Amino acid sequence: MLRLGEVLLVTLQGDLHDSTAQQLQEDLAETIVRSGATGVIIDVSGVEIVDSFLGRILAEIAGQTGLLAARTVLVGMRPAVAITLVELGLTLPGVHTALSTDVAMEVLRQQAPSSRFGGLGQERL
Amino acid sequence: MPEQAEGTAGAPTREVRDFLRRRGEQIAQRWADEPLFRAVFTVSRDEAVEAGKAVVDALAQVADAARVEDPDAAGFTAVREQLARMGAARSRAGLSTAQVSSELAALRPPVENLLVADLPEDAAVEHVRSCVTTLNVLMGTLRVVVMQTALSEGQALIDRQRLQLLEVATPVIKLWDGIVAVPLIGTLDSARSQVVMETLLESIVEQQARYAILDITGVPTVDSLVAQHLMKTVAAARLMGAECIVSGIRPAIAQTMVHLGLDLGTVVTRASLADALGYVLHQLGVGIVTPGTNGSVAR
Repeated sequence: MLRLGEVLLVTLQGDLHDSTAQQLQEDLAETIVRSGATGVIIDVSGVEIVDSFLGRILAEIAGQTGLLAARTVLVGMRPAVAITLVELGLTLPGVHTALSTDVAMEVLRQQAPSSRFGGLGQERL
Repeated sequence: MPEQAEGTAGAPTREVRDFLRRRGEQIAQRWADEPLFRAVFTVSRDEAVEAGKAVVDALAQVADAARVEDPDAAGFTAVREQLARMGAARSRAGLSTAQVSSELAALRPPVENLLVADLPEDAAVEHVRSCVTTLNVLMGTLRVVVMQTALSEGQALIDRQRLQLLEVATPVIKLWDGIVAVPLIGTLDSARSQVVMETLLESIVEQQARYAILDITGVPTVDSLVAQHLMKTVAAARLMGAECIVSGIRPAIAQTMVHLGLDLGTVVTRASLADALGYVLHQLGVGIVTPGTNGSVAR
């Protein structure tokens, strides 16, 4: 988990066990609260296999970061993974997506409130 | 196996088998003059005779196994490929299945004549008749085998062509930096939409395209299934970080979709590919300027 200004960058690699994913979900919530981050970028380009569990975890992460006034952007999802998620019916409606980390930073810059104190949260998910 | 063949029905079968073995060469010579063999083996008559001999041998082997009614008999395996080739050659020449079948039927009389002539003159009428019947059954089975192989050949051809169609029918076009388009043509079924989705997603990664346009001008009808496929593709593209625009919905199709209650939900739609491109360029902050009109922005 890397911190770049107000953005947390999480890179997922290879096979993600259910327990690891759940651990990540908890750690992420705590880190957002502690650091006051306004954006989370999850890089899933290293993930080759997804199941319904991981899909649900991703949706939940987006939901909880939204509650903490931060935005989640999924980055670099592979075509096969995207197709699998859609076939599973997990279209992750609340999650923002981007092709690359650059684009994701741009999205966060454009849409995030200037700080966690700004706005009334209407920019949230 | 010959022991089994010597049961009640065995005698005529054995007789036919012996006859086929004895007169194989002669039958093959006669068959070589029949239209079926003459048309397939145009180069040399010897080749036709050889092919005929192979078929006769196969028939004799089947008779030997006493399985004259079984198209799956082991004896046919050896000549199956050759029969398929002959059948395919006739089909290519423009003959219908029925015509090929009647050409095959024409192979029977010469053999029957030979058989009748070959039986001893003092043979019982009953015996002659049962021998002829056995031969007829055998020839009928041969016809079934040829038709079977011809049909499976046709199926293989259709499968191959379907694959080719899938490959050619889904080009992904780069319209601008970061914009790709897929002009869909023809009916969208599950297999095709799968290919469309895969190629589109691959090219989104390849081109780093932030926008993808699905143009359905060439799709004749849109039903709930097609709409579902479109939604899936759009959702998958969105997961990858690209926005998908559906364009080319014709007035009639728009009407049908409303009548059917199909909801494309949050999908951005435009009437034409040009409109979609205009929308995307606007989103990217690119303007189109017509020269000579004081640089006013056209779109």
